Amino acid sequence: MRVRFWGTRGSIPVALTSADIRDKVAEALFRAEGRRFDSVGEAHDFAVKHLDFSLTHTFGGHSPCVEIETGTEEYLVCDMGSGARPLGAHVLARQSGKPATVNVFMSHVHWDHIMGFPFFGPAYVPGTHIRIHGCHEVIEQAFRLQQAPPCFPVEFSQLAADIEFVKLTPGRAHEISGVQVTPTPQMHSGESYGYRFEAGGKVVVYTTDSEHKLENRAQTERFVRFFHGADLVVFDAMYSLADAISVKADWGHSSNIIGVELCQMARVKHLVLFHHEPAYDDATIEGVLRETRRFEELTRGTQALQISAAYDGLEIDV
Amino acid sequence: MPLAHRLYDNALVLGPTGRLDHDNCEAFREELAPHLERSAKDGTSIVLDLSGLEYVSSAGLRCFMLAAKQAKAQNSRIVIAAMQPVVAEIFQIARFNLVFEAFPKVRDALAALSPAAAAAFDRG
Repeated sequence: MRVRFWGTRGSIPVALTSADIRDKVAEALFRAEGRRFDSVGEAHDFAVKHLDFSLTHTFGGHSPCVEIETGTEEYLVCDMGSGARPLGAHVLARQSGKPATVNVFMSHVHWDHIMGFPFFGPAYVPGTHIRIHGCHEVIEQAFRLQQAPPCFPVEFSQLAADIEFVKLTPGRAHEISGVQVTPTPQMHSGESYGYRFEAGGKVVVYTTDSEHKLENRAQTERFVRFFHGADLVVFDAMYSLADAISVKADWGHSSNIIGVELCQMARVKHLVLFHHEPAYDDATIEGVLRETRRFEELTRGTQALQISAAYDGLEIDV
Repeated sequence: MPLAHRLYDNALVLGPTGRLDHDNCEAFREELAPHLERSAKDGTSIVLDLSGLEYVSSAGLRCFMLAAKQAKAQNSRIVIAAMQPVVAEIFQIARFNLVFEAFPKVRDALAALSPAAAAAFDRG
């Protein structure tokens, strides 16, 4: 499986400002210390090898949208945040005029997870099949509502694609496009659902907008079982632990510390920090990644846990 | 978890030891509770001497957070002292350095709380 991240920011999309880019360029030039590059390629290599990721890139960007490629012709997508717009362009380019079949899995219908759908190009292409899967009763209502006047100029009923809403049962494994998909309920305002995807002996877990109450041992054990043995876990690490259990308790999100502990207990191979706090700049997120790797090192048992921070455009093969 | 305690004038030094995690955090909270109650009644400040604490998990950090919240609500003070490097790093990564005042040594903490407590510590 290949996991491709189209939107990784939590709550609301963010964009670099012109001042942010000016400052990154100025800092990069300063750190080059008068080096001469004979080609753009040489400068590119220097930037990648010798400068911080947060200086030469950005985490982005779009609100949650993650594609899971399984080798079949159908698309599997988690959430329809604003990252669904570039995903749509990717699908249209790849299909070269041939209508696509897209299976969407909704964690929940808060705005940051549905806002990309009106800009998802394939929804406007006749013959496209879009199956929107989820466990909530209100998914269709939410999708229609955000395109109803006066919020959007194109009503949901005007979309050319064949769009179907498919209700899934939490805790049950569903066979969808050759992949076993199991949803599980999570703690979030209005409830959210995480998904475990299993295909070809590989396991990917998508778990965002999920708060973990440390005092609830039964819940912890349930999530350890849900994550167990996963090759990759995409995890809501929006807050610091201190914030998550004090001023931001009951806001429905989790922390990097909890992500590491759950993944260690579940013997997960790779943890991806996701749903980044919109107030964090690139350097802050890179700092959180560095600290999270250090925490893993300090608390490591018999198995190392690889840790990444998701960014728009990241691809991970499992 | 054994919770050694020693009073220096109006400051109480408590010393959790070993590991503080899911398995023993509730026992630690129970041991801490009467000291927090006393602190509310007579204004005794609390220093958590973490020199003997080797590791703290998120569950253990939650116990510290609950203690800090209770102390704030009852207008008393609880501070941290003498963290081992690993525990200090975990505090930093979890941003608990923003929750607690932390001091390198127990005496530093006592001096910040009250001169009388520091003097009592110096007398041994």
